[in-house]
Amino acid sequence: MAHRLGFHSKALFFTISMLVLAACSDRPWNNPYPPADDGKNILYQAFSERPKHLDPVRSYSSNEYSFLGQIVEPPLHYHYLDRPYRLAALTAKQVPVPDYYDQQDQLLPADARLEDIAYSVYEIVIQPGIQYQPHPAFARDEQGELRYQNLTEADLTDKWKLSDFSHSGSRELVAADYVYQIKRLAHPRLDSPIYSIMSEYIVGLTDYAKELKQVDSKLTPEQDEGRHKPWLDLTKYPLQGVQIVDRYRYRIRIKGKYPQFLYWLAMPFFAPTPPEVDRFYAQPGMKQRNISMDWYPVGTGAYMLSENNPNLRMVMVKNPNFRGMAYPARIGSGKVSPELLVDAGKPMPFIDKVVYSLEKETIPYWSKFLQGYYDLSGISSDSFDQAVQFNVSGEVNLTDAMQKKGIRLLTEVQSSTMYMGFNMIDPVVGGDSERARLLRRAISIAIDYEEFIRIFRNGRGLVAQSLLPPGIIGFQEGEQGMNPYIFDWVNGKPRRKSVDQARQLLAQAGYPQGRDAKTGQPLVIYLDIAAGGPDDKAMLDWFRKQFARLDLQLSVRNTDYNRFQEKMRKGNAQLFMWGWNADYPDPENFMFLLYGPNSRVKHAGENAANYSNPEFDVLFDQMKNMDNGPERIAVINRMLEIIRADAPWIWGYHPKQYVLHHSWYGNAVSNLFAHNTLMYKRIDARVREQKRRQWNQPVIWPIFAVVLLLVLSLVPGFVAYRRKEHRSQRHALNSSDNQTGKHS
Amino acid sequence: MIAYIIRRTLYAIPILIGVNLITFTLFFVVNSPDDMARLHLGVKRVTPEAIDKWKQERGYDKPLLYNEGAAGAGRITDTIFYEKSARLFVLDFGQSDEGRAIGEDIRERMWPSLAIAIPALLIGLLVNITFALLLAFFRATYIDLWGVVALVIMMSVSTLFYIIGGQYLIGKLMSLVPISGYDDGGLNAIRFLILPVLIGVIGGVGSGTRWYRTIFLEEMGKDYVRTARAKGLSELKVLFRHVLKNAMIPILTGVVVVIPTLFMGSLLLESFFGVPGLGSYTIDAIRNQDFAVVRAMVFLGSLLYILGLLLTDISYTLVDPRIRLS
Repeated sequence: MAHRLGFHSKALFFTISMLVLAACSDRPWNNPYPPADDGKNILYQAFSERPKHLDPVRSYSSNEYSFLGQIVEPPLHYHYLDRPYRLAALTAKQVPVPDYYDQQDQLLPADARLEDIAYSVYEIVIQPGIQYQPHPAFARDEQGELRYQNLTEADLTDKWKLSDFSHSGSRELVAADYVYQIKRLAHPRLDSPIYSIMSEYIVGLTDYAKELKQVDSKLTPEQDEGRHKPWLDLTKYPLQGVQIVDRYRYRIRIKGKYPQFLYWLAMPFFAPTPPEVDRFYAQPGMKQRNISMDWYPVGTGAYMLSENNPNLRMVMVKNPNFRGMAYPARIGSGKVSPELLVDAGKPMPFIDKVVYSLEKETIPYWSKFLQGYYDLSGISSDSFDQAVQFNVSGEVNLTDAMQKKGIRLLTEVQSSTMYMGFNMIDPVVGGDSERARLLRRAISIAIDYEEFIRIFRNGRGLVAQSLLPPGIIGFQEGEQGMNPYIFDWVNGKPRRKSVDQARQLLAQAGYPQGRDAKTGQPLVIYLDIAAGGPDDKAMLDWFRKQFARLDLQLSVRNTDYNRFQEKMRKGNAQLFMWGWNADYPDPENFMFLLYGPNSRVKHAGENAANYSNPEFDVLFDQMKNMDNGPERIAVINRMLEIIRADAPWIWGYHPKQYVLHHSWYGNAVSNLFAHNTLMYKRIDARVREQKRRQWNQPVIWPIFAVVLLLVLSLVPGFVAYRRKEHRSQRHALNSSDNQTGKHS
Repeated sequence: MIAYIIRRTLYAIPILIGVNLITFTLFFVVNSPDDMARLHLGVKRVTPEAIDKWKQERGYDKPLLYNEGAAGAGRITDTIFYEKSARLFVLDFGQSDEGRAIGEDIRERMWPSLAIAIPALLIGLLVNITFALLLAFFRATYIDLWGVVALVIMMSVSTLFYIIGGQYLIGKLMSLVPISGYDDGGLNAIRFLILPVLIGVIGGVGSGTRWYRTIFLEEMGKDYVRTARAKGLSELKVLFRHVLKNAMIPILTGVVVVIPTLFMGSLLLESFFGVPGLGSYTIDAIRNQDFAVVRAMVFLGSLLYILGLLLTDISYTLVDPRIRLS
């Protein structure tokens, strides 16, 4: 017994010693990062969804751009601080100015008439001396030959990630790399999402895609379907509309005039791809090992992807070959806080490493942000009240708890529009008749989006007056920007017209009290929606209530997103909810959503409402090719007037983005279009370390309390057991004595 | 026994074909190949040509189950079902719809799943048996009564509550361990495993302890226990030397059946703790409509379950000499 007690004492002593030792270390126990990273200049962020594509020719979503935008560099980018958004040169020497040519290939003046312009030529000159990140595709052997270009599957037996290749190299960025990437837009195996739109503009791209398809089918005969496809060397096949002029200069020939093309040049689709990298990834066995451009993009940007494990974390480190860029020292017309200019002129990037951890659920993400383990966070609806409060004048403020922690809030109206669209080929709500137009306007008035934003968006949104969000040319504030069909200007702000006015419109449309005046039947409007979230039922009930104000019945046809898209494609919906997030800050990128030749049913385009107005279409063709200026604004205003009157959409709202960040996160500014924003950010790792320690002191007394409680709860049981044992023993002894007595 | 194993293995083939067929039917009732293509290609600017090409490249342009246009055996073999299922029977999982090797993904992701599942199983077993013995020892006392009440309450509480409550209490308020995350770098991984394992154990205490308590009480009512008591053995000795030993047969067989399925991971735990295991792999595949991964994981799950049942039968013969497989 003494021996056993000794063992227990030792175990207890060991446990207590470990706890005491751990308690003596001031490193928080719940710190999820390795001790070696403490105090280092590392930014910690989370991601909730694995990026599907990181190949710049395929990637097309904001969550992918948050990685890709730091790695690859198109020739242009958006100025970090300047507002309205302005394009600036990134790897290019300057923002190119197009030359215009007529059908006879004669150079035209810059102010040439639109109908005379047959082609626009963009000549892009890139800066010399820009180096790629280290990558095995560039590694060369002693003979100067590329080391990893003729690998077989056998050579890859021990290679499961890029870092398993022991050699790497780099080389200078040249114009040919940009040309190679433009050719990849037509690559038959890559399905670039912008091939379709670019083939309308880049001269020869359609024919080039056909040629590549033929070549590719010869490379992979039908009987070999499913086997490895050899590299398709695009350098062998010239593209008519894209030329390499010299080592640092290339030209892109565009059909007609397309000023928005410059914006595309700021997107990763037009970032360079070195042919040797493409060839490296095309080798047999690479794709099966997830060694591909989609997994490990290669670029000249400030960061490079050092670890890509999207099931756990993604890590980017500073590109050692990055040329260095200076933090913007001055801005144009916009105003910025002085603290955003403290780093002006200093070389970027400021942060050495960025660790993105996978957080699928919002609760642990939020908790870890509050503990200081993530440097910034969004606000989920669960934590909204904990983070934000509104004062009496409706202004948004951080709660006291957040302010006490030094947390700061960044808000920005996003360049998106969430809307409800009428299917304009529907016999009831669609069409160009006055009856349908009045019905659409009546419904547009009845749906109180101000209330919707308050209830379902926690105030995070701006009621839309048209499809153009703030920050887009053509958006106007004040009375001039108001939709007069839905709002009245009262006391210096727009006020939604009354339900009575909507009812009058409804009656004029032939539906008094929500019934068809001819048949007497109640009017039922069908809403098609893909709503499966927990809050969606309440939202749909709210919409029913809005329609009921006009005595209209709303029948909701809820479905999954794929079925919803199917209905949209076939034009089977009547009323639907959708949204659009801008690619670039130009009204063309919104107006095209209502352009007749883009209709979803007829042309499989993005005009889901199938709206078609000849005057609007003519003005769109005119507006998209105009340079910014008063003339263009006038055309845009006329277009807005047309669509406001026709009301093919219930304009909905523009979401407002709320981002929280800690006090140690610097140069935080919201830029909705720039993709390479990470290099501007700054971290004060010392303050973060201090705060983490302060906020995460381990509390161990509850463990002892629970153990004590368990022990105490067992004591009465143990006592009862001892009594029971004694009783049994006494009973046995008594029985034995009785039996002995009887025998004696 | 070998004949029995061979027979059971042969029985498994129609079961696996059936499971594949059901998975296939359920999946394609909900999703069409067009839906899958659209989800993979994204929302913006996707052309019908791109969708057709995506389907063609992955073999989703063929008829689902029966190809009327083909001749002979091609009517069955030149279909999505055959092409996507036949290789599974030689454990060739092929590639996901995104082009990654599924076999490699499974090999990589089974370790995090096992890192949680094995300690949770072993510790859970130890805790459940200990509590069950305790309750059996104090049977018909207030400890037993309130213990069973507590177990029923624990059984009724959702796992989600344990997860969120555990993360809040232990990770946030007490700051003892990281709230979520995972590290595959050896010993450092342990501190990420403490909370999910603890929650896995606590979440299973209610049902586990009640089950084992029932087994122990059933054993304690048997004649040999009365004989042992009549011999004058103390209650503790009766419990540990006789009851526990004989109750191990149903306990062990119950454990053996779940061992192979440990590979499949826990969907909720892995999602909330950000553990890159096979549970989250399956959920992601369903969410992304990756049929190649879904069918591979369902097939693997069925195969492991059949294997578990076979092992259970074999373990019966090992722990109880009276049982013979025939």
